[in-house]
Amino acid sequence: MDPRLRGEDGIRVMLSVAPLVARADAGAAAVRPVYVDLKGVAKTFRRGHGAAARETHALEAIDLAIREGEFLAIVGPSGCGKSTLLRIIAGLHPASAGEVAVGGARVAGPQTNLGIVFQSPVLLEWRNVLDNVLVQLELRGIDPRAYRERAMQLLAQVGLAEFADRHPHELSGGMRQRVAIVRALIHDAPLLLMDEPFGALDALTREQMRLDLEALWMASKKTVLFITHSIDEAVLLADRVVVMSPRPGRIEREFEVDIPRPRGLEARRHPAFVRIAEEITNIFLARGVLHGAGRAAPSEGDDT
Amino acid sequence: MSGAATLPRPRGPSRAAALLGWLRKRAGAMLVFAALIVLWEVAVRAFGVKEYLLPPPSKVWVEFWKRHEIVMGGAWVTTQEILAGYALAVVVSIPLALTIAYSRFMEQSVYPVIVFLQIIPKIAIAPLFIIWFGFGFTPKLLLVFLLSFFPIVVASIAGFKSADRDVMDFARTTGASSLRMFLKISLPQALPQIFTGLKVGAALAATAAVVAEFVASDKGLGYLLLQYNGQLDTPMVFAIIVLLSLIGLAVYYAVEVIERIAIPWHVSQQGGAQDVAL
Ligand SMILES: Nc1ncnc2c1ncn2[C@@H]1O[C@H](COP(=O)(O)OP(=O)(O)OP(=O)(O)O)[C@@H](O)[C@H]1O
Ligand SMILES: [Mg+2]
Repeated sequence: MDPRLRGEDGIRVMLSVAPLVARADAGAAAVRPVYVDLKGVAKTFRRGHGAAARETHALEAIDLAIREGEFLAIVGPSGCGKSTLLRIIAGLHPASAGEVAVGGARVAGPQTNLGIVFQSPVLLEWRNVLDNVLVQLELRGIDPRAYRERAMQLLAQVGLAEFADRHPHELSGGMRQRVAIVRALIHDAPLLLMDEPFGALDALTREQMRLDLEALWMASKKTVLFITHSIDEAVLLADRVVVMSPRPGRIEREFEVDIPRPRGLEARRHPAFVRIAEEITNIFLARGVLHGAGRAAPSEGDDT
Repeated sequence: MSGAATLPRPRGPSRAAALLGWLRKRAGAMLVFAALIVLWEVAVRAFGVKEYLLPPPSKVWVEFWKRHEIVMGGAWVTTQEILAGYALAVVVSIPLALTIAYSRFMEQSVYPVIVFLQIIPKIAIAPLFIIWFGFGFTPKLLLVFLLSFFPIVVASIAGFKSADRDVMDFARTTGASSLRMFLKISLPQALPQIFTGLKVGAALAATAAVVAEFVASDKGLGYLLLQYNGQLDTPMVFAIIVLLSLIGLAVYYAVEVIERIAIPWHVSQQGGAQDVAL
């Protein structure tokens, strides 16, 4: 059996990287300082000039504050501007309007004090797995040798210890994405931006990665922005779930998720999980993003 | 690249086993090749084909051996032309591709000109080179240069521009300098396409040298080929064609060996595709 699926072990290894820090409860989370601050952020993509110009309104007036150490998940339909939002926070796209600040400083170009996982793994084909992780440090001008042990430890946690000397083309899609996640973690940055990081994973690995990510986050106090298509994943992982509307993306609603941690596998049965997941599903049904065969309860009430 | 030297690398067969595997993989092709030569020999003798039309391989060898000193002298001349012209093409085209890939101005001004010039049938320029540079070494070198130059420059530009947007975005979040980004990402990413261009250029180099010698020359394999052709000395014509093929093959393989050393990750990714290409 895949060692990663023995959940408890995985978490214990994860915790050994950094000491477990007792976390404040959800109420105290509200007083932590804001780390990522978006005010009235909008994004319009323009192609061409003059009359032939074509505009795409990707984002519209986003106000969002992510607190230090908060785990924030964004769910929204495909094309609603989630990736665009993440790129704006990372300083990779300029916002068309509004203000963006990270760690108290205005974002005016690529941010470097963060770890980023893109929707696709974007590995370097000519480097083996270990060197793909260490390139994070090489590009930063840091001697990668000091990080080898930590890299191997993180790789072991995601079940890739024996693959450290393989090249990306020898890995499955899910394995590649795990390498990308380790690459985003290796330098221990305070902010972690993850764009559907588990999208390419099989259901089992995905569940394990979720457990591992929660444990890692609990141990590290990182601020996390986690984009996903999966309502379950968002609710199971996040302190707060932001639901976005179809394009142009706006924040439709926010949910505080008050489920004790570590949430583990049992959280799916928690009443708060069931309630929030259903509410989000209903938002998507009402928006026409989801078309339920047996239609949603609220709209059925409207008909009668 | 940071070495993973202390990690165990238990994969892959040993060098000797690899050589054996190589031989085994090519044994089939070599057998077919040998069979074709035998068939040629037998058929020519059985049907009594005239020697000036199609000499048997044995006759080609005998005639070649009789005059091998002259022929090998010519081969050396042609080889020098190929190597010098090709080296010049490599040295000029890759830096030029770099500036075009990274300078907006160069891309807008120089690149369209290169694309246009590429359309000219380069071989048609050979007579001009004779007018401009005479009968010596220079026009041959220039024609080899001209033919190998374009595929290398075009492939290299494509290579340097091939860096994936997300990969570059990841690199930007590390705050790396442009030079470091180039050395660690864009250059390795470009190498497979550069080598594709280098191989196409290598294949054209031998053709260019022979054509230049056809046009005007008093030495080299192209010159000898025309001489023997004029004398209806068909066995020698065949000998020279074989020799030219061998030179072209040697240049091509040299590039491929360098490719295998420079980008083993890419070659292993392609598996056997490389072998089929030859
Ligand atoms: N570089 C770009 N140029 C032009 N339009 C773009 C660009 N990037 C994104 N868009 C447009 O912006 C909109 C939002 O794209 P984005 O990638 O942010 O969506 P998303 O929510 O991440 O979708 P998915 O869930 O499918 O990944 C889309 O309509 C897309 O076509
Ligand atoms: Mg996206």
